[in-house]
Amino acid sequence: MQVQRPKLNIWERTYIPQILQGMWLTLKHVPQRKFTRQYPEVKPLLYGKYRGAPLLVRDPDGRVKCVACQLCEFVCPPKAIRVTPGKRDATRPDANVEKEPQDFEIDMLRCIYCGYCEAVCPERAIFLKDIFAEVGYKREEMKFHKEKLLELGGVKEDLIWKWKNK
Amino acid sequence: MIIELLIHFIKIGAVIGVMLGIVAYTVMLERWVCAWIQDRIGPNRVGPFGLLQPMADGIKLMLKEDVLPNHVHKVLYTIGPMLVILPALVNMAVIPWGSNLPILGREIKCVIADLNVGILFIFAFAAFSVYGIVLAGWASNSKYSFLGGVRSSAQMISYEVALGLSVVPVFMQVGSLNLGKAVEYQAQHGWMAFYPWQWIPLFVFTVSAFAETNRLPFDMPEAEQELVGGYNTEYSSMKFGMFFMGEYAAMFVMSSLMTTLFWGGWSLPFAPFNAPAQVLWVGLAQIGVFLAKTVFGLFLYVWVRWTIPRFRYDQLMALGWKVFIPLTIVNILITGVVLAMIR
Repeated sequence: MQVQRPKLNIWERTYIPQILQGMWLTLKHVPQRKFTRQYPEVKPLLYGKYRGAPLLVRDPDGRVKCVACQLCEFVCPPKAIRVTPGKRDATRPDANVEKEPQDFEIDMLRCIYCGYCEAVCPERAIFLKDIFAEVGYKREEMKFHKEKLLELGGVKEDLIWKWKNK
Repeated sequence: MIIELLIHFIKIGAVIGVMLGIVAYTVMLERWVCAWIQDRIGPNRVGPFGLLQPMADGIKLMLKEDVLPNHVHKVLYTIGPMLVILPALVNMAVIPWGSNLPILGREIKCVIADLNVGILFIFAFAAFSVYGIVLAGWASNSKYSFLGGVRSSAQMISYEVALGLSVVPVFMQVGSLNLGKAVEYQAQHGWMAFYPWQWIPLFVFTVSAFAETNRLPFDMPEAEQELVGGYNTEYSSMKFGMFFMGEYAAMFVMSSLMTTLFWGGWSLPFAPFNAPAQVLWVGLAQIGVFLAKTVFGLFLYVWVRWTIPRFRYDQLMALGWKVFIPLTIVNILITGVVLAMIR
């Protein structure tokens, strides 16, 4: 395609009118509405599928959904997850679940937020939630343990409810 | 005698203090105006409305590690930034920032050195500031810095000619090279910017001043995209800070020179402002008028920077040598004819 270049007259060929036009345009932007979101006060709007930190969830009865199968530990590409399985007390009424994690550790400095752990979990116990700004002063503080993960993760209401419908 | 000396020291202290303050807040202005033009808010965290941001910037620059790379020429590398900031500070000595301040029966002239060759002094030192950049580029012993320094020297020498020629008509009309006289002439007869034969000098001076201070659209010596940082690539900490301050101080000097030569300095075209001050408050108000005009000049610098993209190097040279220099020479002739017909 042939681009037709506009014929410039001698005044336009000095580029002064174009420059003045540009300066008028930039000046018009000065009083305009600003698009900045002032971050710590105004949080960004995240949608449901945002992949933030992986966290453990509880079922509506408040029980830990994780059964310590360690699939997430095996699938995790940067090896950020470490699960310490523990046996459950067989006399408990919900003893049809045999194992639960004694400790569940995610090193948030290693995590790459790939979401493999969420995809692989047979019990749907781990989810990438909308937490993206967890910080700490030491490396140890960035290793989240079971209690912290469960606290941040909250409750997930879905059909997988292992002690009731097995 | 002692009192005279004391007054001088106070004037020098005040000018340097106000100048460095304005330099710090020009950086602030730059960041604000650039943000507003891009529909952003700009720095607003440090202090009320972010007004303490320059202090934070300064503290940050001071506390950074001053890296002295192994491959540099140690002496020249250290002298470079000093030579950039020095001419800008020295130049402020001859610029009249007010008419006079009558205090306790004394008439204090609002200029540090009332030189009869003021404009020549300024051009001499403005040309001197290229040494800092060239030395920094050379001493850094790195190809980017070197290219930045070479570009800077070529650019500043070319535009010095246009800058020098562009102010000739002003002094033809005034009849003296003294900057104070130029402002007094404008106070009586109207600003230079109002005379049609001074419009080309005004335009050429403004554009050449951008090139002299290495500001966009002529910031070839820095050219971040091609030359990393140009002549200041290898610098860190307060050495870099001095380049930064030198650039903004040069902007301030060029802006106040533009005010002095074309926009009537401390004068306004009505009653108490069109003659040297007789009362103290008028003297102070005239200083305020000068500062207001200069700050507008600084705003113009920033405004243009965030509007126009960088020139190509050959375009820059062609503009300087093939357009501005012939234009100013022709304009000198025209001004001569016009002045001869009027007088």
